[in-house]
Amino acid sequence: MATVTITITEDDIDPSFEVAQLKDQAVGAISLFFGTVRDTNGNLAALHLEHYEGMTQKQISAIADEASRKWSLNGIRIIHRVGRLLPQDMIVMVAASSAHRADSLEAVHYIMDYLKTDAPFWKAEETSQGLSWVDARITDETAKQKWQKS
Amino acid sequence: MVIRYFAWLRDHTGCAHETIKCPQEVTTISQLISYLSETSEGHKAAFAHEGVIKVAINQEFASLEDSISPDDEVAFFPPVTGG
Repeated sequence: MATVTITITEDDIDPSFEVAQLKDQAVGAISLFFGTVRDTNGNLAALHLEHYEGMTQKQISAIADEASRKWSLNGIRIIHRVGRLLPQDMIVMVAASSAHRADSLEAVHYIMDYLKTDAPFWKAEETSQGLSWVDARITDETAKQKWQKS
Repeated sequence: MVIRYFAWLRDHTGCAHETIKCPQEVTTISQLISYLSETSEGHKAAFAHEGVIKVAINQEFASLEDSISPDDEVAFFPPVTGG
């Protein structure tokens, strides 16, 4: 089983540090995904992220465990930020390491797809009009379902 | 029983969590929603869109038909939007 590290934090993510943690003699591939704050309409002041402390960690841990059963992985590191984030800030990082690239690449994709629908986080957009909660996207549910067929 | 509310459900109820003593006849999530809806106008508004609300019992996803017991922690929230 892979070594799994899950962090929920208000702090920024340091990619170099995260990569360094995944380096190992047996590792030949490190794959990373970063989600960042998008400002589609040019009017976003900030994004507020909240989560269900405890359930979040349990859900992400279950997703990571499933990924390490499906693929041959050495390490998994997942960081999700909470609090008030600014446009272009990093929100989430999913990183995995493996001997060969296919395992870590697919695992990162799988973990992100499940995290989107199963981890209890909620976003609210802050604009000059105030705060408004972001609606869930149906495409996130379909993205997850493709793994259930394969 | 501890009830938690997140995102816009909390905006409606005006509280992030509350400890309640359920009547004995309330044994499922569905019945709990009906019971809580009657406790204030805010609760009624929170549960007005029952079809989209997600629920967790002791931090595991649950459904409307699931049974509840007095020591449970029950959370109500909108579909998640993390990542």
